[in-house]
Amino acid sequence: MPGLAGLFFCLNMNSELKNIKKLIVNQSLELDCGKTIKNFPVAYETYGTLNKKKDNAILAFHALTGDQFCTNINPITKREGWWTTAVGPEKAIDTNKYFVICANVIGGCMGSYGPKEISPETNKIFGTTFPVITIRDMVRTQKYLIDHLGIKKLLAVVGGSMGGMQVLQFASMYPDLAHSAIPIACSASHSAQNIALNELGRQAIMADPNWKKENSTPDKGLAVARMAAHITYLSKKGLQEKFGRKLQDRKSLKFSFDADFQIESYLRYQGATFVDRFDANSYLYITRAMDYFDLEKQFKGNLSLAFQNTRSRFCVISFSSDWLYPTIENKEIVIALNACGANVGFVEINSDKGHDSFLLDVPEFLKTVSEFLSSTYNEIKNEEGI
Amino acid sequence: MKKEFEVISKIIKNNKKVLDIGCGDGTLMEFLKNHQQNDVRGLEPQKKLVQKCISKGLSVIEGDAEKELVQFPKKSFDYVVLSQTLQAFFSPEEVLNQLLRIGKQTIVSIPNFGYWKVRLHLLFKGTMPITKNLPNEWYNTPNLHMCTIKDFVDFCNKKNITIDKSMCLTNEKISEITNKNLGYKNIFSELGIFLIE
Repeated sequence: MPGLAGLFFCLNMNSELKNIKKLIVNQSLELDCGKTIKNFPVAYETYGTLNKKKDNAILAFHALTGDQFCTNINPITKREGWWTTAVGPEKAIDTNKYFVICANVIGGCMGSYGPKEISPETNKIFGTTFPVITIRDMVRTQKYLIDHLGIKKLLAVVGGSMGGMQVLQFASMYPDLAHSAIPIACSASHSAQNIALNELGRQAIMADPNWKKENSTPDKGLAVARMAAHITYLSKKGLQEKFGRKLQDRKSLKFSFDADFQIESYLRYQGATFVDRFDANSYLYITRAMDYFDLEKQFKGNLSLAFQNTRSRFCVISFSSDWLYPTIENKEIVIALNACGANVGFVEINSDKGHDSFLLDVPEFLKTVSEFLSSTYNEIKNEEGI
Repeated sequence: MKKEFEVISKIIKNNKKVLDIGCGDGTLMEFLKNHQQNDVRGLEPQKKLVQKCISKGLSVIEGDAEKELVQFPKKSFDYVVLSQTLQAFFSPEEVLNQLLRIGKQTIVSIPNFGYWKVRLHLLFKGTMPITKNLPNEWYNTPNLHMCTIKDFVDFCNKKNITIDKSMCLTNEKISEITNKNLGYKNIFSELGIFLIE
């Protein structure tokens, strides 16, 4: 029975996937790995209305486990969009005012070209025969979408974590395609610690015997990967305050390996729900793309050269308790931008919610994003007025 | 806008690139941007004030001048402004060197410790002076290195720093400091404003 239910869910999910918005890119794109792809889908969603002048468009990039459904209810998972706190009517990224575009990254599993898709050569699911992709590949594919929507210049590119890396890559590759750029809680070059943590997740997946079996999914491995990663998204203080040593539905320790503690139960839940919505191979590919990200190296060790032609106004934001992408790494971006005379503002937001702060209701953060966007928008309006 | 900022904004020519160090809530930056078409950036250590600036559409970086100035390239600004903060740094000399490196010209204002009210306060009361420009007690003042207008002029001379302009403020009145009136101004001015390079 569980097998049947799983199959049904899978079919159901696939039929839903067919209804989501997709751009089929019929140009060929040479990926960083050297392989060329053609006729590939970029799944996306938009919120709000594009105005006549097409000057109110914001491209939001998602992070590792996100997708194009950044707000409202995700039609596939039936859960709230990953950035519902920030995107929506009268929210920081106000969809009454702005037209928000969000695409599933290449390598992802929500309809864009990824390891879950069928390979035209073998007529089988790609799995690990899918080409290794990079942050730059992700950004290039989303540029097709912007062109397709007829947008000459975006009001802003915005994203946190891996989304922030895409913001940096976008600003570097297309220096005059966005009025403003908001890289949040990210880094211009993935640190050894972050590569190590991603490798931990990948090894957990690959150690699951189901990973190599056909028609089965390494749920256990993926759940462990998610559990480990989830810890890195929180802060020690946040964890202590929320869970402490509280016990889960019991008055005393059971002297077993059950989830005695609330934190254990919470992590298990995070792992278990994650496997329903995410593809293990996508997890491998996307974490790899993050590890390969080194904007500094793209410019021979001088990060400021990455931004030397930029005409975007930057607002770099970090969080005090984020130890995954700490303030110091965000500040390196600021330093590079200053070194090339770019227009940059920077603020570290006080929050004890760790790296996840950018996804949560952190009023100071949301206020900063909201006001930065509206001041940028007003400035454009004023310039157009003249 | 306070008188001091009026003086500073008059020194700054239109359409120039300006870095305001310790820009506070961005009052001066806003004026320079809107009225003089200056391309302005700010550096401010207090988060709340940085957020206020960002919401006004000003590009301000959260940070401490003693640590952050090294990142700016040589002569990357036409003007660097430092208003009444020099005395609060651990190493004013080092900060000043950075300002001179980054800016083609630098505008520095200092609360004058040689002002007569300050002198009288110390002379008659025998306690650390408290005035309009120096409102804190000795135990909670951020000011570590107080100096007088004369001290600052002597310092510039000693270090071969060119003073292009020197002004002073007393009771909202602006006047120029010259070699001749230096001693007098050092007694009767509350604030000195210098354009140096």
